[in-house]
Amino acid sequence: MSPDTLSGSTTPGPAPVTGDVDGAREPELYRRMRLIRRFEERVYLLYLQGEIPGTLHQYQGQEAVAVGVCDVLRATDWITSTHRPHGHALAKGVDLRAAMAELYGKATGCCGGKGGSMHLGDPAVGMLPAIAIVGGGNTVVTGLGLAFKLRHTDQVAVCFFGEGASNEGAFHEGLNFAAVQHLPIVFACENNLYGASTPFTQTSLVPDVATRGAAYGVRAEIVDGMDVLAVRESAERAVGEARAGAGPVLLEFKTYRFAGHSRGDVRGYRSREEEAEWKERDPIVRIRDRLAPVLKPGALDEVDAQVEAAIDDAVEFARQSPPPRAEDALTGAYATLIRGEPPS
Amino acid sequence: MTPGAAPAGGARRLTIAEALREAIAEEMRRDERVFLIGEDVGVPGGFGGAFGVYLGLTEEFGHERIIDTPISEKAIAGAAIGAALMGLRPIPDLQYADFLFECMDELVNQAAKMRYMSNGKLSVPLVLRCPVGTANRGAQHGQCPESYFVHVPGLKVVCVSDAYHAKGLLKSAVRDDDPVIFFEHKLLYGSKGREQAGGLDLTSPVPEEEYLFPIGKAVVKRPGTSVTVVATHISLYRALAAAEELAGDGIDCEVIDPLTLLPLDEETIFASVRKTGRLVIAHEDTLTGGWGAELAARVAEECLFSLEAPIRRVASRDVPLPVAPVMEQTVVPSLARIKAVIQSCCGG
Repeated sequence: MSPDTLSGSTTPGPAPVTGDVDGAREPELYRRMRLIRRFEERVYLLYLQGEIPGTLHQYQGQEAVAVGVCDVLRATDWITSTHRPHGHALAKGVDLRAAMAELYGKATGCCGGKGGSMHLGDPAVGMLPAIAIVGGGNTVVTGLGLAFKLRHTDQVAVCFFGEGASNEGAFHEGLNFAAVQHLPIVFACENNLYGASTPFTQTSLVPDVATRGAAYGVRAEIVDGMDVLAVRESAERAVGEARAGAGPVLLEFKTYRFAGHSRGDVRGYRSREEEAEWKERDPIVRIRDRLAPVLKPGALDEVDAQVEAAIDDAVEFARQSPPPRAEDALTGAYATLIRGEPPS
Repeated sequence: MTPGAAPAGGARRLTIAEALREAIAEEMRRDERVFLIGEDVGVPGGFGGAFGVYLGLTEEFGHERIIDTPISEKAIAGAAIGAALMGLRPIPDLQYADFLFECMDELVNQAAKMRYMSNGKLSVPLVLRCPVGTANRGAQHGQCPESYFVHVPGLKVVCVSDAYHAKGLLKSAVRDDDPVIFFEHKLLYGSKGREQAGGLDLTSPVPEEEYLFPIGKAVVKRPGTSVTVVATHISLYRALAAAEELAGDGIDCEVIDPLTLLPLDEETIFASVRKTGRLVIAHEDTLTGGWGAELAARVAEECLFSLEAPIRRVASRDVPLPVAPVMEQTVVPSLARIKAVIQSCCGG
């Protein structure tokens, strides 16, 4: 994937930072994480102001996972996502304007207003509409991998899911099936410690989801999900193995969502001390602190300004976009028109 | 060939199982995107699927396209859906329709909705074959759960009752771009069920030459003037037998096999009801909330002033299925029960 696809073809997105750290992609990783963070903060305000309908499940704190993993994927690789998909979508290259417009429920949204926040996605960039059933992607992703295998391509599919999904049957069936079929899949678990309000320690006696890989003969790894370079490195290894035909890999990213589970969650189930500890490990601050001394002065501020401009543009685009036609709600359930679709 | 037309005289006769096997083999030869995936479908020395439909296919197509899986219905359905989303045309197999409940999320939340949620950018072309029907197997291996799926926008639902339509519809289903749940009755496969099926001849003429039968089209199995009887699977054969018995009493039944329950061929059924003025619906699915209720409602909405008698339904009783034959026959719509309801509907 070209880094330029992050903000999409129709958006005047910020140019990649020219400064370089040992030839690595760190400035670009910073830009993407910053974009996701600011996107989430902005849409939360817009939601509170009544501009965005429905509900939101936000990704602040977990940006390193989506960005680090998607950075090693190709445009032809695919991802599945969850009810918390904004970060995955922006990292995989869903157009920023189309993503914003989808949250607004506009005709120009990437799903035409039929998907919304929880089904954000775009097949054009290799992302299924996000699957908002916990564990739902864990079985469907096996079919993506199976198709790649049957067609003898070297594509890879990545399934993002939370630690909560690892208590679903779908997690186990999907992992086992992928293993016995040697499918090119990376199961990317974002362990943010809470399934909605319930701590993972109350729902599993196994503290590490990665432990469950052994049950299916799947190599698993625990990774600091607050360190985008560690994420990227582990993903590069896992995706490489999957692409080479070595079968699936399970990556467990230890991470933390800074926001509540969904809008209106006041986070009474976890301590402010715990939150502060995790915020000390803010993945964006970490990469910024690492980059600032080696980039030319003001370079990162310039990136930030470009990100703000891109988001401003996307919000304005969404606001100005027309709503879908009401009657379009009644079409599109079937590929071939059926008599009386839908019954009147 | 004209859809629904009787095959040419002298055509060979096949069982439903043979017709289905032929349909799958033809579609796999025609389109390399078609593959089979499920439990016990291709294991060497195995069963060829729970009902032998796939016997011989692995020899022709190999294990890459006849994929044996763990007993893992969510994974099978999920794999089929994902592969379909990537442009392949899977035929998943779960052995028994009762096992569909293991993968309801995949079918209802994923397969049925992906096209709509993606605003038409994706489609899910798969065919899930499901054996249904009582055969002294009890509460968890004999259900007819088709009505659950008739309730799901985004799915298509087919019920086949004879070899000719089974083959033509399965081929159409494989080529269809939407997910199709394809229900077949175990007693009608044509192997050992003949006695249980009431001595039916379970073969029907199937032409050698290729043909398709369209999804969404009902067939009139027996023309008549007194009462319209809409029935599927083995209830269809009981309805036909009842029609023969009632003919002597001056009740001339028009028997319709809807073949597709979603979308339903209202045109054929409404035309018949407007002609006969009476409607009896027979299915082995249970009564309450069954697809017969939906059909009854639509006929009441659209054909009320053609009706000369209340619409009547004959369905399985609203209890789980027992094994003991005498009890099982009390639950399912027997020939006697179907006949009595038709008589009653006709004022007898």
